[in-house]
Amino acid sequence: MGTMSRTARAFAGLGVGVLLLAACGGEGDEVGGDATGAPEPSATEAATATDAAPDTGGADVGETAAEGGTLVFGASADPKTLDPPLASDGESLRVSEQLYEGLITLEPGGTEPVGKLATSWEASGDGLEWTFELQEGVTFHDGEPFNAEAVCFNFDRWYNFTGPLQLPAASYYWQVIFGGFAETDPDSGAPEESLYAGCEAVDDATVTLSLTRPSSAFIAGLALPTFSFSSPAALTEYEADAVSLDGEGNPVYEGSYAYEHPTGTGPFRFVEWTRNDRLVIERNPDYWGEPAILDQVIFRPIADNAARLQALQSGEIDGYDLVDPQDVPTIEEDPDLVILDRPAFNIGFLGINQAFPPMEDLAVRQALIHGINRQAVIDNLYTGRGELAKELMPPSVFGYADDVPTYDFDPERAQQILTDAGYDLPVEIEFWYPTDVTRPYLPDPQRTFESFTSDLEQSGFSVTPRSAPWTPDYLDATLGGQAQLYFMGQTGDFGDPDTFLGTFFREEREMFNWSNEEVFGLLQEGLLEDDQDARIELYQQANRLLMEELPAIPFAHSRPALAFRTNVEGFVPSPVTLEDFSTVTVTR
Amino acid sequence: MAWYVVRRFALAVPVLFGVSLLVFLWVRALPGGPAQGLLGERADPAAVEAVERQYGLDRPVYEQYGRYVGSLVRLEFGQSITSHQPVLSEIARRFPATAELTAAAMLFAVAAGVPLGVLAAKRRQTWVDQASLVGSLIGISIPIFFLALLLKYVFAVRLGWLPSIGRLDALLSLPHPTNLYTVDALLAGDWEAFADVLRHLLLPAIALGTIPLAIIARITRAAVLDVISEDYVRTARAKGIARRLVDRRHILRNALLPVSTVVGLQTGLLLSGAVLTETVFAWGGIGTWIYDAIRFRDYPVLQGGILFLAVLFLLVNLLVDLSYALIDPRVRYR
Repeated sequence: MGTMSRTARAFAGLGVGVLLLAACGGEGDEVGGDATGAPEPSATEAATATDAAPDTGGADVGETAAEGGTLVFGASADPKTLDPPLASDGESLRVSEQLYEGLITLEPGGTEPVGKLATSWEASGDGLEWTFELQEGVTFHDGEPFNAEAVCFNFDRWYNFTGPLQLPAASYYWQVIFGGFAETDPDSGAPEESLYAGCEAVDDATVTLSLTRPSSAFIAGLALPTFSFSSPAALTEYEADAVSLDGEGNPVYEGSYAYEHPTGTGPFRFVEWTRNDRLVIERNPDYWGEPAILDQVIFRPIADNAARLQALQSGEIDGYDLVDPQDVPTIEEDPDLVILDRPAFNIGFLGINQAFPPMEDLAVRQALIHGINRQAVIDNLYTGRGELAKELMPPSVFGYADDVPTYDFDPERAQQILTDAGYDLPVEIEFWYPTDVTRPYLPDPQRTFESFTSDLEQSGFSVTPRSAPWTPDYLDATLGGQAQLYFMGQTGDFGDPDTFLGTFFREEREMFNWSNEEVFGLLQEGLLEDDQDARIELYQQANRLLMEELPAIPFAHSRPALAFRTNVEGFVPSPVTLEDFSTVTVTR
Repeated sequence: MAWYVVRRFALAVPVLFGVSLLVFLWVRALPGGPAQGLLGERADPAAVEAVERQYGLDRPVYEQYGRYVGSLVRLEFGQSITSHQPVLSEIARRFPATAELTAAAMLFAVAAGVPLGVLAAKRRQTWVDQASLVGSLIGISIPIFFLALLLKYVFAVRLGWLPSIGRLDALLSLPHPTNLYTVDALLAGDWEAFADVLRHLLLPAIALGTIPLAIIARITRAAVLDVISEDYVRTARAKGIARRLVDRRHILRNALLPVSTVVGLQTGLLLSGAVLTETVFAWGGIGTWIYDAIRFRDYPVLQGGILFLAVLFLLVNLLVDLSYALIDPRVRYR
């Protein structure tokens, strides 16, 4: 594996990107992006498909884990594009992951960056130059060779995006990881500065990327499918970057690369795409690594959740993502179907705004956390998909501390704390919940609200309910600092603690009006520190302090579910929905 | 007659203008916008601004509308913000799917509704009549969505006889010169695909056709009862003309006049019912397109798609009126 340093795993600075993916598509409707969550799945979880398949006796003589065959996968929508640097929605990334490869990927089922088209990499002493040794003997699907020149061609393409391609909606992840462009249009909304300084093909199998400032964070960024490589010849021939403006000033994409000719180096290659019907990919016979087992994979867009379930039950599709939590029991009861867990990679918490007295009083916040029965909500409203959250990030992420203060549900103690602090009971609070929405970490906002409210009323509080539609009113009110106590949460797409803690607690935010220089300092340091062990300690310390100070009350992590027919095996759910279909088998 | 047609077309212009304005305002009244659709609901405000600037959404609404009408006049419908497909080519690709489904649903509604209505009229006040009344009431009041799920549950999930989603089996490959899959299959001479397309059409057509079926059955019954008591029917019977001949020539032909109007009007309505049906059956037509466009706040698609449906609706109505004038000359003189 070469010289992957500890620092290579420092994913600092990626937190910003997470909000986006987590919410892609807007509204309560689950779309690809929402699935972007779940952490390190253990090997046993990955194997659930096999384990759960009931052995129905010897009736099925002759069935073997077949070579070849076709897997039909139920997608929630068509991909928006198959040109990776322009993709940020879950369905585009899902298909791109099969067709394309980058320098770096994440270990299957995990969040650790490992080499893909790079066999090893090394930083110069000053951290400004990163040299990658490339996998040799790799060709693109159009027969063009993959080499250092192709790498630089792609990087230069991204760096030189102009016009509408500089919109955050187009090249979002480039901007998150590398910032601006060669010539950044000030109107584009893209950052002005770029981390990228250049790319040099040292020889066929060696490439050097230069940065404008030292960074160890970008290595983790390279694992995003966004930074995977297209055949330079195909990009040019099918005019991937041809975008003009129409009479209304709207961008018009004219090239056919992203829709008809996506050309990568992945284990599958593109066959055909009949929009809103099916997208077909097939095994790449010339793949440089372990070839795919399946002959082909067909993605069918099925927007409606109930329709996806029925299509799975009837056998028209072999699996689908974004299973509705309420459908999980139905699927589990069906002997032909199986649920796969995507381990929790999100956090649901109660936000507390200290601009509203008496929330600035730690005693009140302690009374709040003792005053709600979090376990009951997990047991009753998460259909078995929930876990009690002890701190403000999921356990699978490094920096999680095992020794944070914990708080049991204890209404009497809550009342006692309030009385001791000199309050007359009941203490009046306004408690907000969103309507018309479910979030992975909050499947039933209203009933969760009702449950917590009845707990709080026993615990010395008097609750005034407030509710609003999730977008825009609820988000405006809560993030904008207008709500005293409210539900909020977060889904990550990288196994980095900054994704969770940094997003909310690295600096003072209107939603909390909480300021703690010690925690801010730890999290800022965590962003820059390049020693992994030191980072772990910084975040653990931050977690301990956060759970003492209680700027927010964590209550739930949830595990998103995928569903398959039991004849599908070898699918390894990824915390960040980057699943490789090449290891999957279907028995017919 | 020609004057009549011209006048109707002229009338359509202000109507379409009004529709374009309504749709334009309605899509902007939806919470969020394309920027949120693209970037997610908690997107960075600077990024949202950039997208809005790019699409001109930061301009005053009247200016946006002016540009929009300007491009409509030039017959430019823009490109989807999410898929980057031109709106017009997307309509060309998807409308055949909706047309095929609507036609199949109407065929089912007429083929079952007319005989049912005739039967109910002829067996008036018997259990047949009562049953058809109850059936029609259920048919009219059952939500399409629920009916669709129920049909799929029984025939796809439980019995496994019919597919529950899509227009063609995922494993079958078929060229799509017309995008009417029935026609595509026939053009390719692929009988297996043709049969498969029909199987895929069956459940959605039934789900979508149930309401018009019920209405057609009721109208047919009423019309037949009207005609049965006409003098010329009694005369024909008195003359000893064979019963079947009277039924066909004197009763049915006259009774079908109001029915044909209803069929036309219902066809227009089916286009709107298609949004739900298509979504439930993952049917890649205009309906799912609009459904997705709402999810992603894809303004060009919503504006173009709904305007297209409006044009279609007007056209269907015009055709209905014209055909009525053709079938019944009296209409023209009124």
